[in-house]
Amino acid sequence: MKYVDEYRDGALARGIADTIAREARPDRAYRLMEFCGGHTHAIARYGLEDLLPENVKLIHGPGCPVCVLPMARVDLGLACARDPRVTICVYGDMMRVPGSHGSSFLKAKAEGADVRMVYSTLDALRIAEQERGREVVFFAIGFETTTPPTALAVRAAARQGLTNFSVLCNHVLTPAAMTAILESGEDVRIEGFIGPAHVSTVIGTEPYEVFAKRYRKPVVIAGFEPLDVAQAILMLVRQINQGRSEVENEYIRAVSRGGNARAQDEVAAVFELRESFEWRGLGFLPNSALKLRSAFAEFDAEARFALTEKPAKDNPACECGAILRGAKKPAQCRLFGTACTPDTPLGSCMVSPEGACSAHWTYGRFRERRRVA
Amino acid sequence: MSHKLDIKQGRVDLSHGAGGRAMGRLIGDIFVAAFDNELLRKGNDQAAFDIAASRMAMTTDSYVVSPLFFPGGDIGRLAVNGTINDIAMSGARPLYLTASFIIEEGFALRDLKRIADSMGEASRLAGVPIVCGDTKVVERGKADGVFVTTAGVGLIPPGLDLSCEKARPGDVVVLSGGIGEHGVAVMSKRENLEFETEILSDTAALHGLVVEMVAAAGPHLRAMRDPTRGGLAATLNELAHASRLGFSLDEAAIPVRAEVAAACEFLGLDPLNVANEGKLVAIVAPEGAEALVAAMRAHPLAAEAAVIGRAVEDAQCFVEMRTAFGGGRIVDWLAGEQLPRIC
Repeated sequence: MKYVDEYRDGALARGIADTIAREARPDRAYRLMEFCGGHTHAIARYGLEDLLPENVKLIHGPGCPVCVLPMARVDLGLACARDPRVTICVYGDMMRVPGSHGSSFLKAKAEGADVRMVYSTLDALRIAEQERGREVVFFAIGFETTTPPTALAVRAAARQGLTNFSVLCNHVLTPAAMTAILESGEDVRIEGFIGPAHVSTVIGTEPYEVFAKRYRKPVVIAGFEPLDVAQAILMLVRQINQGRSEVENEYIRAVSRGGNARAQDEVAAVFELRESFEWRGLGFLPNSALKLRSAFAEFDAEARFALTEKPAKDNPACECGAILRGAKKPAQCRLFGTACTPDTPLGSCMVSPEGACSAHWTYGRFRERRRVA
Repeated sequence: MSHKLDIKQGRVDLSHGAGGRAMGRLIGDIFVAAFDNELLRKGNDQAAFDIAASRMAMTTDSYVVSPLFFPGGDIGRLAVNGTINDIAMSGARPLYLTASFIIEEGFALRDLKRIADSMGEASRLAGVPIVCGDTKVVERGKADGVFVTTAGVGLIPPGLDLSCEKARPGDVVVLSGGIGEHGVAVMSKRENLEFETEILSDTAALHGLVVEMVAAAGPHLRAMRDPTRGGLAATLNELAHASRLGFSLDEAAIPVRAEVAAACEFLGLDPLNVANEGKLVAIVAPEGAEALVAAMRAHPLAAEAAVIGRAVEDAQCFVEMRTAFGGGRIVDWLAGEQLPRIC
């Protein structure tokens, strides 16, 4: 397939892998965090780790929208879904994310809630147009990539005078999470970041410059194809070897320094910063998420249905938090592969194909056996 | 007799399932007309036939695909070919089929006729008659258009004993052709997901191909499966667990049409998990592999047959794959819910 196969070419991969092996100094380790779940998935799906030398380590970051969503927000969505007036529209990834007491949208649907799986915000908008007697709520999740489509849907609903459409907003911000990881004080020891692909098409490369300047961490923005990731690893190894910390852009075919101004304008028109938002694994982070501006209050499901967040506790043995901060590997969680699998996920990292635990279980768990053998 | 069926404008109503004249008319004008054969014409509640003393194979399968008509096929064709294939995977020659219909009140008669005609055509093409059946009509909202259940029986040639638990380390895995075509064709017509594609469902009856395979490598064949729901990934995992071993696959050897790969790419699917309705996987002892692949490639339904991997000793029964990119990965069952009904 044109423009895809080129980025999955085995011969080119071997070439880059050989160069990484040659240039990575054997006397040191290179601990690199891929922030995005899209990268985590590509690394696992193509077996990229098999091509890297032992001392180049990849740490899976928190860039998976459903993984960072705390249980309290899932509960909020479920409370809304159980209102008999409400039709709630969610992305497929959300269906199985566990809320409190083993609940989920999938289970709520089986119990009679009107939960619809949608592929885009426009599907939710169309349902609201067609079913005027229903309160249609779009459960919005995601980083900067999925925020512009939500903004467009809200503006379209306002334009059309739709009175039965609202958004339960859980949109979060990438730079805030990267800051939180670097400030966490834990023994994470990250020497460089593979920066987001799709998020960066929207926000550009500029927002990462602070990590290079203030925190002295090199950042290489990379596409989601496996050769993109391999090339980004090589670029990070070179920056580290040369003592540089810069923002470099491997994904020049889609990302510019300023990003997508039109998308940024749409988002700014509809959303403003939340003072504080809870992230699974990272806790409450200031200015790390978005909410609807007061001008669009009628489309804000939290206000419309007077929803209030109630504290919720994760399974105490679940290590999603430490895994999302890069402090632990999936296999270091004692629930991994025993009580917690993609069929019966206890933690959110096991739900999305982009989650570190799910990716490792689905594609990479044979590596544990090798270690044992 | 009741009024003649208005196939163009008419709809199935509850009287068509009530056991009266209307039901007789529906069965006669639509099903018997489409499936016509000597055994069915007798009008019994069962079909009686002689067979030589032999091992037999028997199967049944229900079809609830949505939409009912899709590029390259429809629920009826799927119901005939799917059950023939389930019989054929034992190496058996399919003899007879049955067909049962659960029809929703209000279903258009012309659509029912189209489905029945398609089944009649598929059954004649395969040389496997539908010899008895049943019709029920349920109230509107209690079904989704029409559900079809077929059953079949077949005769297993003497000396042949294929079974999922018979794979041995060192055996060769042969795939009959490109994967994912049926699933992609159906998904391309789903509401909210509609996209333009040239891909047709690969629905086909494979018993003719199986005859050639048995002739070429019969004593060396261990097991055969058609990778339908859950795709090639599910089938190989099932074989691995049944035989208590693992498989080692080579991604570059697995045929996937470019259009299927493209559709899977933007739907976020792995072709390995997408359904097929006209492909089979054969596990064969190494000494029979070459002759088997040659015989398969000579058949129009398996021109792209390929060796895609080998069985290996593995207490954990992993299906592992060397990716075209150069790394290793597991090929797992798809977790959680299937995409909407595809067969």
